[in-house]
Amino acid sequence: MHDSEPAETPEPAPAADTAAAPTRSAARRRSAAATRLSVTGVLGEILVTAGVVVMLFLGWYMWLNDITAGAEQQQAAEEVQQELQEQWERGESTAERPVDPGEPVISAAPAEEGEVFGTLIVPRFGPDWVRSIASGVDVKTVLNSYTVGVGHYTQTQMPGEMGNFALAGHRRTYGAAFGDIDKLRLGDRIYVETVDGWYEYVFRGLEYVWPTGVEVLEPVPAAPGVAPTDRVLTMTSCNPRFSTAERIIAYAVYETWYPRADGPPEELSGVVQARG
Amino acid sequence: MYAALWRILPGPVWVRILIVIVLVAVVLVVLVEWVFPWAADTLLPQDSTVGG
Repeated sequence: MHDSEPAETPEPAPAADTAAAPTRSAARRRSAAATRLSVTGVLGEILVTAGVVVMLFLGWYMWLNDITAGAEQQQAAEEVQQELQEQWERGESTAERPVDPGEPVISAAPAEEGEVFGTLIVPRFGPDWVRSIASGVDVKTVLNSYTVGVGHYTQTQMPGEMGNFALAGHRRTYGAAFGDIDKLRLGDRIYVETVDGWYEYVFRGLEYVWPTGVEVLEPVPAAPGVAPTDRVLTMTSCNPRFSTAERIIAYAVYETWYPRADGPPEELSGVVQARG
Repeated sequence: MYAALWRILPGPVWVRILIVIVLVAVVLVVLVEWVFPWAADTLLPQDSTVGG
């Protein structure tokens, strides 16, 4: 073994020239044979291509699309925030002044489904995380939208209103607005911004229900027919991830509100200023 | 199929490689822009709402 090795190693270099000619002609002969397309050959290539396309699709669906859609939704929401500020400066508030000055101002519900009327800000989802909230929970025009991502159940109340302000968002795919819903921790702040100001909610807990669990949208969640005495924020999304078998529900309770005239809450003011 | 495609392409090897790269890029753009969104909506409907 050890003796034969040094003798063989120099061989390939001189052999390359003489071996090259037959190899090239053999390749030519082989390519001539391949000119005739065989049914199984074409079928095989089509199947391999289909497999690659399916893999590409899954990569796009599970990963790439979330990143691009999430970035677009974030950008769109930041534009909505500027728009809300401009609307307020023009005096386009739809809210009626509350009788009791301590009560939050309640904006009127948008007239049309799909209309963006505010933003949702969840610091737990990211330091500058914000998504637009549109009226209605239509899958195609709101939840799958690259400019929205979060929808308001129109049968529920408005932000700050006595009762339940319920939202829906995707757990996975299309930007996955509520992808980190299970990472919310007791006491986390959740802000809803409208033309009138910021409503602060405090996260209380998670619940898991079947997709038919509409009782979570009641003015008092899970208690149909009971008159509300609290202002609740409810977020619904899919559970587990990548599945639609169950729904994960996040509840938050109203804490206070910040009129736009007085500027954003302290936790958000840094974000707003940095954005200019 | 792909061997036949390769022979149909004109020019020297580097030109062919360039053409193949462009073709693959075009196919990828068509897939990501139109085919994948359509497939996602049609084959894998997502619903995060309750009672929907």
